[in-house]
Amino acid sequence: MFRKKEMIAMLLAGGQGSRLYALTRNLAKPAVPYGGKYRIIDFPLSNCVNSGIDTVGVLTQYQPLVLNEYIGNGQPWDLDRVNGGVYVLPPYQKSKGSDWYTGTANAIYQNIPFIERYDPDYVVILSGDHIYKMDYSKMLSYHKKNNADCTIAALEVPMEEAPRFGIMNCNEDMSIYEFEEKPPQPKSNLASMGIYIFSWKKLKKYLEEDEQDPSSSKDFGKNILPKMLADGQRMFAWPFDGYWKDVGTIDSLWEANMDLLDPKVPLELRDQSWKIYARNPIMPPHFVAKGAVVQDSMVTEGCKIEGTVDFSVLFAGVTVEQGAIVRDSIIMPGSVVKAGAVVEYAIVAEDCVIGEGAHVGKRPEEMEDKDAWGVAVIGAGVTIGDKVEVGPKAMVERDILEV
Amino acid sequence: MRENKVHGIIFSNMHDHALSELTEKRTMGSIPIGGRYRLIDFILSNMVNSGISDIGVVTKSNYQSLMDHLGSGREWDLARKKGGISILPPFGHAGSGIYRGKLEALHGILGYIRHSQAQYFVLADCDVIANINLKKAIDQHMETGADVTILYKKDYVVPDAVQECTVFEIDDTGRVTDVLINPQTSGECNINLNMYIISKDLLERIITDTSSRNLYSFRKDFLQASAGKLWFQGFEVTEEARKINCMKSFYEANMDMLNEDLRDSLFPKDRPIYTKVRDEVPTMYGLGARVSNSLVADGCVIEGEVENSIIFRGVTIGKEAKVKNSIVMQGTTVGEKANLDYVIIDKDVTVSDNRMLMGFSTYPIFISKGSIV
Repeated sequence: MFRKKEMIAMLLAGGQGSRLYALTRNLAKPAVPYGGKYRIIDFPLSNCVNSGIDTVGVLTQYQPLVLNEYIGNGQPWDLDRVNGGVYVLPPYQKSKGSDWYTGTANAIYQNIPFIERYDPDYVVILSGDHIYKMDYSKMLSYHKKNNADCTIAALEVPMEEAPRFGIMNCNEDMSIYEFEEKPPQPKSNLASMGIYIFSWKKLKKYLEEDEQDPSSSKDFGKNILPKMLADGQRMFAWPFDGYWKDVGTIDSLWEANMDLLDPKVPLELRDQSWKIYARNPIMPPHFVAKGAVVQDSMVTEGCKIEGTVDFSVLFAGVTVEQGAIVRDSIIMPGSVVKAGAVVEYAIVAEDCVIGEGAHVGKRPEEMEDKDAWGVAVIGAGVTIGDKVEVGPKAMVERDILEV
Repeated sequence: MRENKVHGIIFSNMHDHALSELTEKRTMGSIPIGGRYRLIDFILSNMVNSGISDIGVVTKSNYQSLMDHLGSGREWDLARKKGGISILPPFGHAGSGIYRGKLEALHGILGYIRHSQAQYFVLADCDVIANINLKKAIDQHMETGADVTILYKKDYVVPDAVQECTVFEIDDTGRVTDVLINPQTSGECNINLNMYIISKDLLERIITDTSSRNLYSFRKDFLQASAGKLWFQGFEVTEEARKINCMKSFYEANMDMLNEDLRDSLFPKDRPIYTKVRDEVPTMYGLGARVSNSLVADGCVIEGEVENSIIFRGVTIGKEAKVKNSIVMQGTTVGEKANLDYVIIDKDVTVSDNRMLMGFSTYPIFISKGSIV
């Protein structure tokens, strides 16, 4: 028998992140490295622990190997608990056949038995796609105070960007009267952050009903939330005003990393009271050699820098050899930038080799046709040969060994 | 699985006096070194990487920082149901007081030793930084059938080290023929690394024998006294090793880590040195940061100049500050335009703006834990 929990978290981590192309070929989007020593999923997991939530179900489906291995027993996040803890929940076979998770709501539906073991009053639904720090316990107090059935975290976005989001139209007391999915003429700029707290009994009822509806696409945003609203359930928006970034595209992933180097961006990873936890790579401190230049950059353990690193984020165990230049770029764990190579405006994934004198990416100011410019991406494990040039916006998934 | 199970015993407080400034509030084993490690991490990781998963850590005094560092032993993969790490505080019999030497310390844990299922014991102190494959030494011990296998390194004796230096005379077959403590020798010697392999039976016998005669010094009352009678086989450690036996050697060992060869030898990918995880953010370099030939751990903010230095976790170096030839330990803040040369700064020190601290290569200045300069 499990002890009752007031609230547990269900983290949707099955997303492929198809717009990250080469970066998510072999791993799910929540496992994409971010910020020098983290993976995206470290943010929601750390938020859970810091908010006092000690039971988290992680729903995986696409390429779960890296994610499973990374989460392990949950110890790095202090989620190896006697009662509760973190559980990876893949789709499973049942006596009457087996099903993949066909939608976000269906994924939760298939795991009703898991949730019921903890007999929670509330469930918070999270996604593994966003970089942000949030105290879910404050959101829960708000949910309780409003006697709500569902509370949705909301962020004010610039009005011109509102058509890209799911927009909530609210009354004065923040109760929601209308959802608009990517409205061309938005009435408000309150965007849904994809973070929902439900009173569990209500959610369970709606999940079960939705499952019986053959026309439903089994999605929270498309089916569950509109249905609840139509039925007159109490739904509230909870305004959030901190840093929040969806890292679903190459550009936004690059920007979100660069935001860490900008002191004006309000994402404070240094806050000791709200640490972001991650699995540790077990490497010695990084070494900066004589003649190296490192400025405006983030560097972590196991790196060896002999060249120049400027406005860049280096992950664990990266080597930048003599005369090499890394500028405005993200170099993921274990990659080597060989002597004299130049990497600019690029994302280099894990365990790549950029050959001597090779050139990856280009500065936007050097481009005549600005539309042809974009961040260059080198997929995991790729070797770029000596003196090879890889242009801007490139998406390299296989070795390029010769010029 | 290894059939002949080996049990490790680490003495965390031996040689405390050799680095009295650093051990004022901690044990020898918990002295910070190399940016993110404590001395005990090296021998502990060596044991774990050599397949020893049952380890007792003998403590004596000031061991709060050590307990905090080791925790449940999880970071070394030693939080186990079978075996794992056991911290062994001094076990005082009525009237016995605190132990005077290693033999008495062992007597205090005789019950723990007897209880072990292991056939062999590896005894080690925390005064060596090295990445040694102990398996080879253990295999040699089993093959030769020696009474004790003693690990040594060919090196030069540091003339004025505070810690006593034990030197061995070894014959062509590798057998230790003589044990000398603090000899007046020059040139390369066979220097004791304070690591021994011994069978459980013999260890128990030595402990009870010496205890009944009120003897306590492992080196004098056992090694020297039994040199001709028992079979002591030497095992030469060929890996890079640095012995920490005075402030000077501590400083030099840190600085040697700026040398790539030593780093490669200490931190090979397949035999990592484990330590306590602090979940620090990556280090942030600001505009105008200038860093050269330095080892920098995570969680730092560097906006000034750093040269030939070891910077531990969570250190802040202000704008236009200059830190040269120094060791700056965890959580210290160096203010703007401060100037440091040949300084060893312990944990959580604040160096105010514009301060100037200068030591000399042969005599670095030491700033104690928590000071405000």
